[in-house]
Amino acid sequence: MSRMRMMPAINSALIEEMDRDKKVILYGEDAGISLLGQTTGLQERFGKDRVRDTPICENIMTGMAVGAAAAGYRPICHLLYGNFIYTGFDSIANQAAKLKYMTGGQITLPIVYMAVIGGGRSAAAQHSDTPYPALMNLGGIKVVVPSSARSAKGLLKAAIRDDNPVFYLTAGSSGKPEEVPDDDFILPIGKAEILREGNDITIVAIGPMVLKAVEASLVLEKIGIHAEVIDLLSLLPIDEETIINSVKKTGRLVIVDEARDVCSAASHIAAIAADKAFNSLKSPVKRVTVDNLAIPYSPILEDQVIPNVENIVNTVRELI
Amino acid sequence: MNVNKHNTLDNLSDEKLVELYKKMLLIRKCEEHLSSATKEGAFPGAVHLYIGQEAIAVSMCDHLTEDDWISSTHRGHGHFIAKGGDVNTMMAEIYGKATGICNGKGGSMHVADFKKGIMGANGVVGGGMGLAIGAALAASMDKKNKVSVVFFGDGAANQGVLMEAMNVSSLWKLPLIFVCENNQYSEFTHTSEVTSGKIVDRAKPFGIPTLEVDGNNFIEMWQASAQAVLRARNNQGPTFIEAHTYRQRGHVEFEYSFLSRTYRDQDEVNKWLANDKDPLLRFEQYLFDNSIIDNQKTEALNNEVDSVVKESVSFAVNSPLPDLSSAFNNMIA
Repeated sequence: MSRMRMMPAINSALIEEMDRDKKVILYGEDAGISLLGQTTGLQERFGKDRVRDTPICENIMTGMAVGAAAAGYRPICHLLYGNFIYTGFDSIANQAAKLKYMTGGQITLPIVYMAVIGGGRSAAAQHSDTPYPALMNLGGIKVVVPSSARSAKGLLKAAIRDDNPVFYLTAGSSGKPEEVPDDDFILPIGKAEILREGNDITIVAIGPMVLKAVEASLVLEKIGIHAEVIDLLSLLPIDEETIINSVKKTGRLVIVDEARDVCSAASHIAAIAADKAFNSLKSPVKRVTVDNLAIPYSPILEDQVIPNVENIVNTVRELI
Repeated sequence: MNVNKHNTLDNLSDEKLVELYKKMLLIRKCEEHLSSATKEGAFPGAVHLYIGQEAIAVSMCDHLTEDDWISSTHRGHGHFIAKGGDVNTMMAEIYGKATGICNGKGGSMHVADFKKGIMGANGVVGGGMGLAIGAALAASMDKKNKVSVVFFGDGAANQGVLMEAMNVSSLWKLPLIFVCENNQYSEFTHTSEVTSGKIVDRAKPFGIPTLEVDGNNFIEMWQASAQAVLRARNNQGPTFIEAHTYRQRGHVEFEYSFLSRTYRDQDEVNKWLANDKDPLLRFEQYLFDNSIIDNQKTEALNNEVDSVVKESVSFAVNSPLPDLSSAFNNMIA
């Protein structure tokens, strides 16, 4: 075990996987200097061929991952901010997500697209989006959203070894240090984790919202409400079983998601609960999400629109 | 860069020249069948035909092996056949059958055979650009002198992704060949109405050597391809070829079933069907002039190719429809 924050955990996963498999290559804007810390030192260690600085050209970046993967490599395409997924969306939606299917399964496309998502850094609307709902609707890809240093490492190693395009989306800030396994630590894609057990209500949280959900559960505990907190970790495929089993136990569900509300991950999860746990529900399913707004710049406004601990606590208290 | 202006193909044997002619003929006859079969409603989707552009795919692919990569366009049957794709499975794919090269899940716009380096036709204009760059990047890292070719049209030349592709391929000296087949039409609009400047000039500021050729002249196109592929194999970086040609058929077959008016004169089309313009007729004339074929040989070749096409159609027609469960697989590995 080592004590580390999320960005160093990502860095260690990249080093381990690139050491293990020469076919793993990484490229992106400022991959060498590393704006956010994920790729620090990689270029020095693996060379400029395997860790490549690209021009600012997301359409070619997302598309060439498909060509390189079809030709035998395991590219990691570093897109910096989640909003830049939109810039490279054509090749993501039209090639990466569909080429295997369209060609009758002739190929596998082992690609990792990585980016940071969410607000909270006064980065304003074009650097603060949470774009996974659009990705979840593509099929043909996987989407993982680690919430901590530990899950960041375990899921990145799984994503690199997966034979599908995997979107690997984390918060932009490194979070708190925590114990991260040193050995070959892999978390399975598609499996959620129950962080706190409880019988009164299920809180499903995604990525940057997980820590807030845990904090909310601590507040709720003080007033006698025992929430079960699920860290979803994967959005596609989604661990329906863990969600449904928990809802059957607690009878109540709140989903905390930093995406905009319409067609969010939260609304999809609410639909799953309505479909598969309807008879267990004692109250309406509630979503704590972002309104249909862009993320504002000024911290006071940003705090207003992004779900916080108080929003979660209040939503739970409406139900119990 | 100038095209190597040998006006002959002295370095190719007569046998080889006949083989290349036969390949052009095969593309032409497959496409002619698909044109008439469209009218009969013989298969489910739409087809974009390569008639009039055959010299480009056949001459370029003659310089490639199965280890090299190509990415193609929505007008992709010619590239598929030229790169060695199997005609039977292509036809079955277009007919939506289980035996299709993509098991009936891609159709005309997605015929691909990755084992033969064919990354497929593509339904997105400019969509093959990223695929070809990625394969070229892989080829440059493999260091086995493989090359990657992106075929695209004058329409795709107006997509921004071309600029991105030219920049990175030149920057990284990728073994890539841009082949812009300027067939003069971007869907239903003459390209001159939606394009500023000359397409070939767009590569020059990136330091990419350019070749501008008559794409309907097989010899010229073959020589240009030879030069470009040699540069790529010798790690000298990308080359940009603009091959002038003409789309003899519509953007899509049977288009006047939905278009409200014509967009070009029949006189213009007829001009390009003539002996001195059509690439197949011109190459045929070259072979006649050099006594490589005669009337008897031509007739035999035509019969031979007719039977290949006929067999592919029969294979397609008699093949089973896809198993319904196959709609639900291949999305995820």
